[in-house]
Amino acid sequence: MAKVPVQFTLNGAEKAEFVDSGTTLLHALRDKIGDTSPKGGCHQGTCGACSVIIDGELRLSCLTLAETCNGAAITTTSGLSQGGVLHPLQRAFLDAFATQCGFCTPGMIMAAKVLLDQTPNPSRAEVVEALSGNICRCTGYEPIIQAVLTAARSNSQRAA
Amino acid sequence: MALALQTFSTVKDADAALKAAGTRYLGGGTLVVRATNEGDVSLSSFVRSTEPSLSTIAVSGGKIRLGASVTMAAIARHPDLSTLSPAARAVGGPAIRNMATVGGNLFAPAPYGDFAVALLALDATVRTDDGETPIETFLAKRDDSRAIVTSVGFALPSHGGFRFLKVSRVKPKGISVLSIAAVLEQAADGTVCAARIALGCMADRPMRARAAEKALLGRKLTKDGIAPALAAVGEGTSPITDPIASAWYRTQVLPVHLGRLLLGQVAGMETKA
Ligand SMILES: Cc1cc2nc3c(=O)[nH]c(=O)nc-3n(C[C@H](O)[C@H](O)[C@H](O)COP(=O)(O)OP(=O)(O)OC[C@H]3O[C@@H](n4cnc5c(N)ncnc54)[C@H](O)[C@@H]3O)c2cc1C
Repeated sequence: MAKVPVQFTLNGAEKAEFVDSGTTLLHALRDKIGDTSPKGGCHQGTCGACSVIIDGELRLSCLTLAETCNGAAITTTSGLSQGGVLHPLQRAFLDAFATQCGFCTPGMIMAAKVLLDQTPNPSRAEVVEALSGNICRCTGYEPIIQAVLTAARSNSQRAA
Repeated sequence: MALALQTFSTVKDADAALKAAGTRYLGGGTLVVRATNEGDVSLSSFVRSTEPSLSTIAVSGGKIRLGASVTMAAIARHPDLSTLSPAARAVGGPAIRNMATVGGNLFAPAPYGDFAVALLALDATVRTDDGETPIETFLAKRDDSRAIVTSVGFALPSHGGFRFLKVSRVKPKGISVLSIAAVLEQAADGTVCAARIALGCMADRPMRARAAEKALLGRKLTKDGIAPALAAVGEGTSPITDPIASAWYRTQVLPVHLGRLLLGQVAGMETKA
């Protein structure tokens, strides 16, 4: 099978790779580019662990073909910290003990980031809705919801 | 197994490429890429088209045209499509809605196809380069369809004339036990003068509840008025059995949920006063 070129920005950095045609973005990111923050959970779009942000929208990298992302701007959880300082969402997840095994965390953080980018002061119901495509098998939903609400509060305090 | 993806700037070229054996159109990929991830080896190649009209939403004089690549998220946030928003929001979680297209939903087997249920109640037409087909005919023949769907068109009902309900076990997002969409017209005295009711998960694809529609005509939307429609709604159904619910369960709860929809007892539902 012929290789095809894919080119996009990943967390602000230009990336260009040759992949097999039909390769999923998840596979390209993890096994070609080396960004292992999106996780391969179910490969069926059900668990949300592979969630990434493509051109500002939450997407499932396990169901997205890498070739369809040419020219896109992709954000993953590994791109969130700046100069060694954690993103407010990452900080809040740590402080609220919102990670147990941690496998769902990068997907949860991506879903939460899109929410806070669009709705800086979400209600609890909006947080629940935003995370509804992400499954935590450690059943730790309550601390996760609290972490997102805390990050929103700390964002708005900084903005004030 | 590696798959080829062929991208064409026009629907015409993509339609031609789709004629080859082992090819399948790629919409948002939430069903077809999932199938290949699961090991479906019947596919060797995906075809897609980036023609801009496929992603266009056109609203004019109460008539709506949704390009086949329009996503559920785009419908849910469109200011002129708030009537349809509950049906678009019923599809998956936020990431799925950013990917799931109108075209793909027309082909989604039960328990999926919630938006197609809405389109069936709206009596939409489905457009391909070969022409326009009423949605009911299209759904009946979809397994043999090889042409790319380019858009769907329908008239937007008056405010409160469209009702939608999805029943799922997991909230706020979950796969359908069943879904119901209804377009009702009422005379000044409140009696129903026209009704279209579509059901999801009550067959392998969305279906019309014609006996219930007929039983509603001339009746008021009261407990007694809707009773004959509730008694008739199971007619002609052959619900699926899956891990979400058995066919028996779906049959039992269908009249209960239709009753709630008709009486306006669904949370967040706007009905005519
Ligand atoms: C986790 C998860 C949750 C889901 N939840 C729901 C739900 O709640 N409700 C629901 O209705 N669905 C649900 N789905 C199913 C699916 O996401 C939707 O039905 C979606 O609308 C399918 O669209 P797609 O663009 O992703 O289709 P694709 O996967 O791209 O295609 C599906 C089929 O349609 C054909 N097709 C697509 N577009 C066209 C076109 N323009 N012309 C001709 N053929 C075409 C494809 O060839 C393929 O056979 C879910 C899926 C997942 C993975």
